[in-house]
Amino acid sequence: MKPPAFKYIAARTVDEAVKHLATHGEAAKILAGGQSLTPMLNFRLLHPEVLVDINPVKELDFISERNGGLSIGALTRHRAIENSKLVREKYPLLAKAAEEVGHLAIRTRGTFGGSLAHADPAAEFPMIALLVDAEMKVRSAAGAKTVKAKDFFVSYLASAVGEGEILTEITLPALPARSGWGFHELSRRPGDFAIAAVAAIVKMDGGKCAEARISMAGVGPTPLRAPAAEAFAKGKALDEAALKEIGKKAGESADPSNDVHASAEFRRHVVGVLTQRALKSALDLAAKS
Amino acid sequence: MSDKHKIQVTVNGVKYEREVEARTLLGDFLREDLRLTGTRFGCEHGVCGACTVLIDGASTRSCLMFAVQANGCEIATVEGLGDMRNLHPLQQSFWDNHGLQCGFCTSGMLMTAVDLIENYPLANDEEIRLGLSGNLCRCTGYQNIVTSVREAAKQMRTKVAS
Repeated sequence: MKPPAFKYIAARTVDEAVKHLATHGEAAKILAGGQSLTPMLNFRLLHPEVLVDINPVKELDFISERNGGLSIGALTRHRAIENSKLVREKYPLLAKAAEEVGHLAIRTRGTFGGSLAHADPAAEFPMIALLVDAEMKVRSAAGAKTVKAKDFFVSYLASAVGEGEILTEITLPALPARSGWGFHELSRRPGDFAIAAVAAIVKMDGGKCAEARISMAGVGPTPLRAPAAEAFAKGKALDEAALKEIGKKAGESADPSNDVHASAEFRRHVVGVLTQRALKSALDLAAKS
Repeated sequence: MSDKHKIQVTVNGVKYEREVEARTLLGDFLREDLRLTGTRFGCEHGVCGACTVLIDGASTRSCLMFAVQANGCEIATVEGLGDMRNLHPLQQSFWDNHGLQCGFCTSGMLMTAVDLIENYPLANDEEIRLGLSGNLCRCTGYQNIVTSVREAAKQMRTKVAS
C-alpha cells in the first residue's frame, strides 16, 4: 500500500526539531532513517499528521571518543558505525553488532538513535546499549535529560523518549580493562530479525571471573540483562560446566514468547546455547588482551 | 490534505525539477514521475530489495524514502548502468552467467552489486552472499547471481588496477 498523507517539515537543527515537535504534539513523529517508520506508514499502521524530518540535522551525525569509550550522535548511520575505523579499533563489539543489523541498504539509512528509540527487543543495538550501561541524552523544548540504558527500554517498541522529545546522543562507557566480548545471534537467514541474540563481556582475574555481563535480545518485551547468571559467574573459573550453568541461568532470566518464528521454549534453549558461545568468545578475547 | 514540495534531483546524471506530494515514495517518483520503470516494488517494506537504487553512491531502499527527502541528491538507477549497445560489466556478466530468469529482482541485484563491488572486499562467495542477502530472488536459486557478481567484480577491479 502507499503511505497516508501527512505534512512534511524538514528540521535543520535540534532546536528547530524540538520546536516543531512541541508545536504539533502527538500529531507529529520524527523521521530519521525511516527504515522502521516508513514500512509502518506503507502498511498504514500509523497515520501521523506531521513528519519532522531530522535527516538534515548534521550536528547529530558523529562518532567520537569520550573517556575511553564512545560518544555517538543519534543520526549516525549503521553503515558509518560498521565501517568506522575508530569503532572497529576502540569498540569492536559495536561494529560487530552493526554488521548484523538488517541488510546493506537498511544500514545506509538506518540510524543508531533510531534503532534505540524504536526499542525493538529483538534488535542488536538496544541489547548492546544495555550490556555496556550506555547513557542516552534526550532533548525537548523544555531542556535535556540523561536516561540510563536500564531505564531507557520501557516495553515492546516503547522507549523513554516521550512526546515532544528527541534522542540526540548516546554515550558508551569504556569497557573494563583487559576484558573480552562476545556476540552471537541466531536468525533463520542473515539479516533477519534475531530469534535470540546474546552479547557478553567478561573480565578474568587470576583464572577466575572478576566480572561478567550478559545481555539478551528477542526474549522479552525489552532487551534483558541476566543478573542471576552474572552473579553466578563472578569468582568462578569459567570451565565447561560453569558455562553451561550460566547459560541455563540466563535462559531462566529470559521472558520469551511464542510466535510464528519460534516457541518460547526454543528461545529459552537458544539463549542458553548463545550465552555459552558468547562467553567463550569473550574469554578468548580476554586472554589475548 | 496534500502537502506539495518542489524538489531537484539528479538521476543518472540528468537534472530534474519536479513538484511532489510529501507522501510520494522515491521509488514511485522514479517510476511514475520520471518513467524510469527499471526500479521495481516487490514488498514496499524494505525486505525484498527489488527497489534498491544508489543515492550518493550508497545502496538504498527507494520504498523506504520519500521523494521529498531526495532533494539535492544524486540518484543512480539501473537505467544508468548501461544500454544494449554498451552493457555495464555487471550486466554483461549477468547475461554471460545466466544470472537472471524473469528479471524482476535483477535491477535491485545490480544496484546492490555496484555498491558491494565498490566498497566491500568480497573476498569469497560467502561474502557476496551476505552482501546480497537483502535482495530476494524467486527464480534462480541465487548461485548464478553469485557467479555473475564474482566474475564482474574480477573484471571491474582488474580494469581499475590497470
